[in-house]
This record gives sequence, structure tokens and C-alpha cells, in this order.
Amino acid sequence: MVVDALAILRKDIRVELRAREAVPAMALFTVTAFVLFHFGFDRDRLDGDVAAGTLWVTLLLATVLGVNRLYAAEREQGGLEAMLLAPIDRTAIFLAKAAALLLYLVALELVAVPAFGLLLLGPDLVGSLPELGALLLVADIGLAATGALVGALAAETRARELIGPLLLLPLVVPLAIAGAQATEPLFTAPGVAENLGRWLGLMGLYATIFVLLSVALFDFLLED
Amino acid sequence: MLEAPVAGVEPSAGGPSPAVELENLERRYGERLALEGVSARLGPGQTLAVLGANGAGKSTLLRVLATLLRPHGGTARILGASLPEEAIAVRGRVGYVGHEPLLYRELTGRENLRFHARLHRAGPERVEELLVATGMERRADEPVAELSQGMRQRVAVARTLLGDPPLLLLDEPRANLDPAAAELLEPLVGRASGRARVIVTHDLEAGLAESDLVLGLRAGRQVVYEPAGRADAPALARAVFS
Amino acid sequence: MYGRALAPLALGTAAASAVAFGLVFFYAPLDADQGFIQKIFYLHVPMAIVALLGFLAGGVMAAMHLRTRDRVWDMRSYVAIHLSIILGLGVLVTGSIWAKASWGHWWVWDEPMLVSFLIVFLLYAVYQPLRFSIDDPGRQARYASVFAIAGAAFTVLNFVAVRMAAAYTHPRVFSQTGGNMPADMFLTFLVSLGAMALLFATLWTLELASKNAAERLRRVRRRLEREAEHAEAGERLARPEPAPPIRPAAASR
Repeated sequence: MVVDALAILRKDIRVELRAREAVPAMALFTVTAFVLFHFGFDRDRLDGDVAAGTLWVTLLLATVLGVNRLYAAEREQGGLEAMLLAPIDRTAIFLAKAAALLLYLVALELVAVPAFGLLLLGPDLVGSLPELGALLLVADIGLAATGALVGALAAETRARELIGPLLLLPLVVPLAIAGAQATEPLFTAPGVAENLGRWLGLMGLYATIFVLLSVALFDFLLED
Repeated sequence: MLEAPVAGVEPSAGGPSPAVELENLERRYGERLALEGVSARLGPGQTLAVLGANGAGKSTLLRVLATLLRPHGGTARILGASLPEEAIAVRGRVGYVGHEPLLYRELTGRENLRFHARLHRAGPERVEELLVATGMERRADEPVAELSQGMRQRVAVARTLLGDPPLLLLDEPRANLDPAAAELLEPLVGRASGRARVIVTHDLEAGLAESDLVLGLRAGRQVVYEPAGRADAPALARAVFS
Repeated sequence: MYGRALAPLALGTAAASAVAFGLVFFYAPLDADQGFIQKIFYLHVPMAIVALLGFLAGGVMAAMHLRTRDRVWDMRSYVAIHLSIILGLGVLVTGSIWAKASWGHWWVWDEPMLVSFLIVFLLYAVYQPLRFSIDDPGRQARYASVFAIAGAAFTVLNFVAVRMAAAYTHPRVFSQTGGNMPADMFLTFLVSLGAMALLFATLWTLELASKNAAERLRRVRRRLEREAEHAEAGERLARPEPAPPIRPAAASR
């Protein structure tokens, strides 16, 4: 199963590298959103809770774009059907999709976080990077599982570009809560974390629940 | 063609299991019956032509046989494995060619085939072999997006054959092929390939000519099932299309 | 099958509602701080609890559907969720009225129950659009079930998250559902909760009964249509038409 998942993941990465669809769009979206926030708040520098909220909400919204494209090639070009004809465990398809989304998110954050530091963040970013990195990574795992499930749910609906975001956004509220709460002290005084373990724990719980849930439920989305 | 064996009609004792055994197969679409009372038996190497008007359930039947749709009633055994419980054993041993080539546009023909070869547990040498057999070896490194429809269909046929399937399911196999390509693919997917085949067509004459058995569907219900050699074309047309 | 339970359920609901009404207005004491408006508590909180349990029950029924592949369970899950969405709207409206009366604002963010409820409500608001933008009935049922199971799990998780956020940032002003409720208030609350649960059960049964009847009618009608169609076709096939004159007209001329 893992071998099949890796083969599908490799294929997804190759398609993404060639088509350059999801990650560049997500990165462009976040940077543009930062510019909008600059004008929207009419502030040159943000700090504390406003900075934390801006970063997390922007990243979560950018995820919507990635989720929308996650199954595009499978649906439009029949890739999914071809995979369903292969003698593989279908959970491999879910694992590959979640892993692909996870890589998209990490790639996005490698651009978006420095861009946020340059464009909007008042306090120094570098001192908070280890804590912020840990938070983002755990959040990304949960986000990848939820996104891969929601993307598959929405992919077969007529109004998929509406259903996908509308489903995903309420589902990521716990991540927004934990992310923003944990990041706020970091963006107030660099390197000073409060309750970091607690929020990481909540995110870890979220990731665990959604990974298990998605693995259990994904097959039912594929069998007709 | 008329003297072609129709042994599949009588149960054959021993030997390899039949390619397809259906009994009272049923598939619903909500409350509506999309397939009803379909019973057939196809021996190894034999060809079954499925005839019917648009919406009669031909493609649904093929998709059930391909394990893309679950049967809702009756029994279906493909290559000895019963659906839907043993579907995973069927996958990879059944080659399905539908209307779409099911290829990634951004990837080349070779990359597409290598990807599916991995999922089908076939080696890269199988990919090369099939590229040669389908006459695609010189265009194998072009993205599928740049290939003509006929060439895509050839790559699709190659993908279908990766696992060397003993049963082929062909939905209007000639729809996207020019005569030259059709001739090229004949040894791979034609009667001479030695594979059992289920062919969906609405070309009655051609369907009868290359089949051992013919199955007619009308509004999802099986109305004809007989040896192709004995079939009376006008009566068949009346039963299925009128 | 749902029809039989309907009459006792409806009677029970009527009786429980009457008792709850009486207790709320004539038995439960007037709240010292909030006065009369506090009585909305007996509507708001039972509604919220029943709606949440409805979402969870919808998830359990959806799991039964995926397990048994019996569409009846999907129908049950659908009706439970659908009713919970309607109750959910009531929860938000009554919560908002209560907030306005007690705190002077139509919406307060430091009441985790209400905030969680809003998030869950926003999620479930997508349940029907998702369902009805899938054409294939079998797929619609499966996708809706996947949603319902994920939604139920999320509902629990979300409450934990919102409560944690409230605990760390807003010191609780005062507790509305705390355990230190006077006994007479608590009794009234329990009866109200029971009445609300019975109301939910009655509406659930009623809607299922009507859906069931409609479905049976549709099935009978479809069978009749199909039989007529096939009889007609069969007749045409069975009657051996006289050997079709292939080209006799041309030959004779």
C-alpha cells in the first residue's frame, strides 16, 4: 500500500511540477492577501493577535485553492478511474493525495512565512521560527487529511468549487483557533511561547482524528 | 465466423474458469433498474457482443464487469472471482477501454504507462514492449496533450494491456481509431489475441461478425442471448432497437 | 412501519410540552440576576442539546448505512440532520435574544457553547447543498453518510477546541448551565429537555413516515410502468410477424 501510495504521490508531484498549478497559485494568493491586509487594516506592521490571525487565516484560505486542484487531473482526465481499475488498495490513493497536499502546504509556507515576515510582521520572525515551524507542520498534517477528504467529497458534486470551500472552512476552525492562539505570544515577544504544548496537542488530536476518519471513510467515496 | 465454437453456452466441465459468468445480474440507479436479469456465460478466448440502443445499459454492464460499479443483485463471477467481494482479484486481470483514454495530459505516454505499470506490478520492459506493439515507441516521450486522439487511444490500449489481462472489456472499440490504427491493434485486442472479450457496440453487423455470443439489452433488461452464428440480424434488430 | 409509533409519540410530546410549559412559567423561580428573560434558557439549552444529539445520531445512522448498505439508514440520518439544522437555527436565534437581554449584545463571543454551535451549524448548512448536487442516488447517500460521520466527529472536536480557547483567553463571566442550579430550576430544565427530545423524535418519525409512503408510491408506480412497457415489448416479440417481404414488391413489378 505504501509503495502504491508513493508511486501515486510521485506521479502527482510530477504533474504539479509540469503544470505548475496548485503551489504557485497558493503562493500568489497569500502574498496578494498580505497586500490586501496592509490596506485593509491600514497598518504597515502587524503584531500580536492581529499578526497571528492574519497569517493563519491567510494560510487556511490558501489551502482551499490547493484542495480545489487536488483531484482536478483525476477527475478531468480520468486518472482516478484508471487507478480504480488497478489492483491496489484504494487507501493508497487517499494517502498519496494527503501527502501531496502536505507537500504543497509546506512549499507554500516556505514562501508565505518569509513573505509575511518581510511585508507585514512587526516583531522579529527568526527568533520564533522553531515554534512556528512546529505549529505549522502539525497543523499541515491535519489540514492535509481534512483537505484530501473534503476534496474527494466535493469532487463528485456539480457545484464542487462552492461545496469544497464551504465544507473545508468550518472544518478548519479548530486549527485556526489553536494556530492563532499559540502564535499570538510569539508575535508579541519573539521566542516567548505560552501554552505551546497544549495547542500543539490540540492540533495533534485534530490531525489524528481526521487521518483515522479519512482512512476509514475514503473507500466509500470511491466504490460505486 | 458462423462455425465458431459456442461452447460457452453449455457449461464446460473442468478446465480454466469461464471469463464471465453472470446470473440474474442487477444494478439499480436509485430506485430505477439500470440492469435487470442479465445472465451470460463466456468461455476463455470467446467474444460476447453487447447490443442495445443508447441508455439500454450497455456501458453500465461493462462498468460492472470492470468492477467500477458494484452489482446490486444476482451473481457475477469474473475469471472465477465473484463480485463485489473479490473485486481486487479481478482488477488488473481485466482490461477496460472506455470512451476516454484515462491518461494524464501533462505526462508523456511512457510516463503514463510506467506509472500504471507500477500499480499493475508490471516492469518497465513490459511498457517498452507495449509501446512497440502499439506503434507508439517514437512518440512515447511527448506529453499526451500533444498526441492525436487516435494516438491517445493507442496509449490507452497499451495501458489496458499492462497486466496481460485474459479478459478485455471494450466500449465501442473502434470509435476513436482510424482504420490503420485499428488494424495495428487487432493482434492485441482482436479475436486473434486469444483473450476473452466483451464488446459493446451499436453496430449490429460488425458486432455479430466478430463474436461468438450476442447479448441484447433493452431498457436494462436482457432480451436476447444467443450464439452469434445463429442470430438472425433483422429479428435481433427488432428485439433490441425497435 | 413508522406510522404506528407516531400517535403515542405525538401524545407524549403534547403532554410533556404542557408539563414543561407549566413548570417554566408557574414553578421555576424567577432568576435573581436576569429576571423573566432567563426563562428562555428552558427553550434554548434543550434545543441546543437535542440538536447536537441529532447531529451525533445522524452520524451513527450514517455509519450504519455504510455498514449495512441499507438506504433506510441514510434516510434516517438525513432526517435527523435536517431536523437538527432547523433546531440549530432556533438555538442561534434564542441564544442571540438571550445575549441581547442579558449582556446587551446580539452576539457574544465568550460563550463557548454558542460559538461552537455557530461553527457546527455553518458546517451542517453545507449538508443539503452537498447532497443535492450529486445526481446518482446511491452516491448521494454514500457521500452524505461520509459527511455525516465526519461532521459528528468534528462536532465533538470543535467543542473541545472552542472551550480551550475560551478557557485560556476569556475568564468565564458566569456559567449558564453550571451544576450549581437550584433543584427546582434543574427539574424544570430536565422536563423541558425531555419534551424537546420527544418533539424531535415525533418530527423524525413523522417525516420518515411520509418519505416512506412517497417512496413506496413511487416504487409501485415505476413497477407498473415497467410492466406495461415490457408487456408491450414482449407482445411485439412474441407475435411472429409474417416473414418480412424482403423485396417482393420490387420483384413482382
